[in-house]
Amino acid sequence: MRDTPLSNCERDFLLKAIQEKKRLDGRQTYDYRSIKISFGTDYGCCFVDLGKTRIMAQVSCELITPKENRPNEGLIFFNIELSPMASPAFEMGRQSELLVKLNRQLERCLRNSKCIDTESLCVVSGEKVWQIRVDVHLLNHDGNLMDAASIAAIAALCHFRRPDVGIQGEEVTVYSTEERDPIPLSIYHMPICVSFSFFQQGTYLLVDPCEREERVMDGLLMIAMNKHREICSIQSSGGIMLLKDQVLRCSKIASVKVSEITELINKALENDKKARKTGGKFGFAESLPQERITALKTDVSHVEMSDVKEKANEIVQRAEVPPQTVPSPVLTAPGTGQVGEGLENSWGLKEEEEEEEEDETVELKMELEEGHEEKGRGNYLPKFCFPWVSETDSPGPRSVCAVFYGHSLQDSTE
Amino acid sequence: MGDVFSFQMPESITDSKPEKVVCGPGLRRNGDEVLVCKSGILRHKQPNLYWIDSQQRRYVPGKGESVIGIITAKSGDIFKVDVGGSEQASLSYLAFEGATKRNRPNVQVGDLVYSQFIIANKDMEPELVCIDSCGRANGMGVFGAGGLLFKVSLGLVRRLLAPQSEIAKDLEKMFPFEIVVGMNGRVWVKSKTIQQTLIVANLLESCENMTAQQRQTLFRRVADGSI
Repeated sequence: MRDTPLSNCERDFLLKAIQEKKRLDGRQTYDYRSIKISFGTDYGCCFVDLGKTRIMAQVSCELITPKENRPNEGLIFFNIELSPMASPAFEMGRQSELLVKLNRQLERCLRNSKCIDTESLCVVSGEKVWQIRVDVHLLNHDGNLMDAASIAAIAALCHFRRPDVGIQGEEVTVYSTEERDPIPLSIYHMPICVSFSFFQQGTYLLVDPCEREERVMDGLLMIAMNKHREICSIQSSGGIMLLKDQVLRCSKIASVKVSEITELINKALENDKKARKTGGKFGFAESLPQERITALKTDVSHVEMSDVKEKANEIVQRAEVPPQTVPSPVLTAPGTGQVGEGLENSWGLKEEEEEEEEDETVELKMELEEGHEEKGRGNYLPKFCFPWVSETDSPGPRSVCAVFYGHSLQDSTE
Repeated sequence: MGDVFSFQMPESITDSKPEKVVCGPGLRRNGDEVLVCKSGILRHKQPNLYWIDSQQRRYVPGKGESVIGIITAKSGDIFKVDVGGSEQASLSYLAFEGATKRNRPNVQVGDLVYSQFIIANKDMEPELVCIDSCGRANGMGVFGAGGLLFKVSLGLVRRLLAPQSEIAKDLEKMFPFEIVVGMNGRVWVKSKTIQQTLIVANLLESCENMTAQQRQTLFRRVADGSI
């Protein structure tokens, strides 16, 4: 399927707005969108929301034979996938330029910076080493995939635990999660990518472009840094000419942003650790009630529960007693008879009964009750169906997710 | 398929029993029963009109609906227009007011057009025109310089276009602006300054899930703190 084309008026408006330093969602030039990091039930599963862009990263490991020229180092393998649910422009199975670019950038950022100690992944030198595999799936595309992918990958790597290994002489035992606690990877530093988009031949600069801004940009500068102000990789695409002080300024901005994001990741990891230790609920299913079908906020509204019980009792009282079905011989034609179930269709009777019961309820109230029964714990219900439904009051700590708010018009309305 | 329910006539209306019940979008007739085929709130308009108010964003072309399209290609005598549906619609260059074979309309790729469907069914390619049955433009045609185009859900668009739309009335009190609403969920807004245009666009996008009261409080807050 094709993506919606960008009309001329949108392009003109966006460029004019950028010249006046205005962005579509009310952010400032150097503001990031709100970042939300949540972890799944398995170790190594991480979801990152960067505004509406949504990415999932999953880390897994297996034992393989190492490379011949590096017998005591483990291997790390990165894989980004653009799911067709992210954007109508993505097709399954087709190697697009964007996919290749993202894969290369993620590899350069994480592998070449040597953020993970690969020697600690060695089990038996020359024979068995751990191969860590990071799969990154794009779930929704609203711009700035690289940043979100790098945050998801590094958060998932920090969250991951590999099985413990015991070596006794020649014997190597891999303990399962039940036998011994899995151990985390040894990570030296956390490189995070920050993207800068340039407009009008480098005159105007925006941090964290959303999808529409990406479509009208001239070029993109991506800087991967860690919080110790070490640059792990720089990439400039789009063919624009940048001045030296522009690049220096971008790196200064990047260092500020990276330290903020690193703090966010650490806080999220800590919250998740606390939740797991206290036995509270954690994981993707628990973060679901926070998710909304639309990205915009809605206020908590309470279900009017005061007279639900009475209504139910009233209905039960008003309903008629179902007729007893007494098997009696049915004479279908002279000379023949029939006892018990069979040809005679008794379903028609029951249908009329149900309709009578339904007639006695008003339509809206009926919808409310049906929805109430289906709700069960009341965790998740589509908001557009029942706008008067209450938010869940799940007891588990919601602090699994850490939230970072930039300045935006929506936030000022809360 | 969804729930099956039947109607209970309120006691007050006994004299005028409507003979036919008109089922609007989201409801489907199946013999004697009425089936719900979309999730949403059931709405009723006197005397006999029922429909489901749903939150859908995907547009399916319907005959007679006015939509905002984006020109994607010029091929021979027709323009290819993207309306947000599964297929691109075609718009003949003669379907503009005052257009003849010698006098071609000034339409470029990437322009916005406000047009109506004359053919829109599941078996044929949809077709658009920018004139009405008398040959007059009647507000349709190319537009859009200087404004902002954005997408909302179809339910919000229907609420905006309703004859006594409260949202439109609340918005009018804020500041003057031009607005074009397409039934395919696309809305175009233009105001005096870029900031005002952005404000109107963001307000409309956030109106979707709000009750009337929340919306009015929000509009009042913005009006008080406006530039």
